[in-house]
Amino acid sequence: METIKPNAAFLCNNEVMLVLQKLKDNTQKKHKREGSLATVTYETVHYLQDTVCKNQSAQSIQKFLDAMKQFKLTKTEKLMMVNTPPRTELEIQLIVQESEERLSEDDVRNIITLVNEIFPPTDST
Amino acid sequence: MFVLAEMKDVIRITPEHFHQSLSESITTLLNRKLANKVVLNVGLCIALFDITDIGHSYIFPGDGSSHTEVKFRYIVFRPIVEEILIGKIKNCSREGVHVTLGFFDDILIPVNALQHPSRFDETDQAWVWEYPKEDGEKHDLFMDSGESIRFRVTSEAFEEIFPTGPPGTECTTQTIAPYRLVGGINEPGLGLLTWWEAPEQDDGDENEDQENDE
Repeated sequence: METIKPNAAFLCNNEVMLVLQKLKDNTQKKHKREGSLATVTYETVHYLQDTVCKNQSAQSIQKFLDAMKQFKLTKTEKLMMVNTPPRTELEIQLIVQESEERLSEDDVRNIITLVNEIFPPTDST
Repeated sequence: MFVLAEMKDVIRITPEHFHQSLSESITTLLNRKLANKVVLNVGLCIALFDITDIGHSYIFPGDGSSHTEVKFRYIVFRPIVEEILIGKIKNCSREGVHVTLGFFDDILIPVNALQHPSRFDETDQAWVWEYPKEDGEKHDLFMDSGESIRFRVTSEAFEEIFPTGPPGTECTTQTIAPYRLVGGINEPGLGLLTWWEAPEQDDGDENEDQENDE
């Protein structure tokens, strides 16, 4: 076995969850379940269900990324924002490196407003 | 935290699986081989994402199985160093705080990466952040197991693991983790989610609610 590219692309939590849930439905119907695959899909879906990604959709993520274009964030910063949407200034400071220099106070406030608008907070988390 | 890894492999399909479609057999075999396993310098494999290329199948003399070269993409857990993740505390020990994500357990937040000042409580077996209050007193913030914790991935380490012996034999059992993550919570905003959720209780200086008008 050979690895051609160890990280060919990034996936957000929502995409992973969709793939795993489809897989779970398929295997339950067709084959007898494979041990380690069943374990890892169950545990991963279990973890992902407790995160915000279960309320996200491809459309809402696309909308969020379009809205984030104006802030000149890096790809990984945007990925983290999708996976753990920041709702406070403190969380933005954690995600964005040197956020004080790169983002103005208005930018930070706009990001929080956009996050709350596109990924509305749930009571459970 | 998840990436796609492009890989290439030769898949051997035994004749009793010839009734299945080729892609179906390949999917099953690749998942059996890789799911829930760590590939060195790649990460923890979760599930097959897609098959990008299926080559010609060959049958070799003396073996009825077909051998097919496939290129595929696999979902792999490999957080970026510096990424912020949310996990749950598994337990605390003198070494630091052990964190689990459910499907991945080998995450350690060492003592020097905890919030400062922290102490280890022997009776509760938990780390305590001694949050200094304005009047000079300390407010003890316990890190109990099962609590959700936000941490930054600071480094990763892969370890080569040798195959274990057949089941039932007394082989030297290895307990080294093939893939370990080291995290840190020594920044404002990191640590238990509850520490930062209610700013009016903690009254921390870095804690600013979004509704606050500066």
